[in-house]
Amino acid sequence: MNPRRKKRLILASALVVGVAGIASLLLYALNSNLNLFFTPTEIVQGKADTGVKPEVGQRIRVGGMVTVGSLVRDPDSLHVEFKVHDASGGEIKVTFDDLLPDLFREGQGIVAQGVLGEGNVLEATEVLAKHDENYMPPEVAEAMGKSHDKLEYSDTQTSTN
Amino acid sequence: MWKWLHPYADPERAYQLAGKLLPWFSILALGLILTGTIWGLMFAPTDYQQGDSYRIIFIHVPAASMSMAAYMGMAISAFIGLVWQIKAADWAAASIAPIGAVITFIALFTGATWGKPMWGTWWVWDARLTSELVLLFLYLGVISLYASFEDKVLAARAAGILAIVGVINIPIIKYSVEWWSSLHQPSTIKITEESAMPTEMLIPLLINIFGFGMMIGALTLVRFRAEVLARNGMRPWVRKLAQEQGAA
Repeated sequence: MNPRRKKRLILASALVVGVAGIASLLLYALNSNLNLFFTPTEIVQGKADTGVKPEVGQRIRVGGMVTVGSLVRDPDSLHVEFKVHDASGGEIKVTFDDLLPDLFREGQGIVAQGVLGEGNVLEATEVLAKHDENYMPPEVAEAMGKSHDKLEYSDTQTSTN
Repeated sequence: MWKWLHPYADPERAYQLAGKLLPWFSILALGLILTGTIWGLMFAPTDYQQGDSYRIIFIHVPAASMSMAAYMGMAISAFIGLVWQIKAADWAAASIAPIGAVITFIALFTGATWGKPMWGTWWVWDARLTSELVLLFLYLGVISLYASFEDKVLAARAAGILAIVGVINIPIIKYSVEWWSSLHQPSTIKITEESAMPTEMLIPLLINIFGFGMMIGALTLVRFRAEVLARNGMRPWVRKLAQEQGAA
């Protein structure tokens, strides 16, 4: 390889390595700030690395699984309450006053945005359904005992909105 | 070792090779995308949770994965062009950029239309969505840098450096869903273990991914040939070609 090409090869490679280095340091420094949401455990016990807890009145996002059997719906309005938990055992309550997304089910992942109140209750202004990477035909899901029923809204519930 | 490759650095040979490859890429692209799309939209089973809505995956995932593959292709061409100063490689990089940008836009757009009914929102600033948007901006940057210099050697160098620097975004997009908590779910197609999808959904999806790859290849070849002609308009072989084509 002639010296000029060699020099350019070294320069170009150094550029790639340098940028990769800067980016990894940057991302490492930002690490937990790039997470979209708090997990329920982080709200109850604080973040694992820093111990920082979100304050009451702070606007945050919470992500986790809707606890099966925790969903309580007001029959006359859109008000719903449910609990969200994660694998580490934390659990918080979420209240919400609007239509839930189609994929919202007990046992499914969600991300809720809202204001944290006293006693680890999140007053959500937005609830987003998180879906996992698993796809399967309904027959297979039924055979595996997975529930996939959508929430039904009654006329009184939808007309009050 | 690479001696057999050297003749193709010559614009005329590169132009002719691109012309020879073009029909193969086009036929494969057309065949694969037709098969994959019809199979995916009409014959693949529905999903247990999303019903028929999940079928947008047959466009969204191929577009998203190929937007990254196209970027890698562009960056490798730019790297070769920069180090070995092969103009044909610079032209190849410049030809891929607009195609990659459109594919990235398709991935973002189909993702948003899928996100609205399923997640409940068009857009959320999570790591995956944001890094894919950065990819679109990188493509746009490369396109505008290449377009803004009158001297195309200089233009290719500037655009090439940006393309190479931007490579760092590719692993960030790929692993964003594993490194950080995000609304976007992790990959369904896994290379080292069994994919989280039954075979009758996976096969049309893979067919479409390869189909999109071939389509990007075919479009790149068309643009590459045009770029070669535009950059070599004064060369005798191009003039001869123009005269022959004009006479026919």
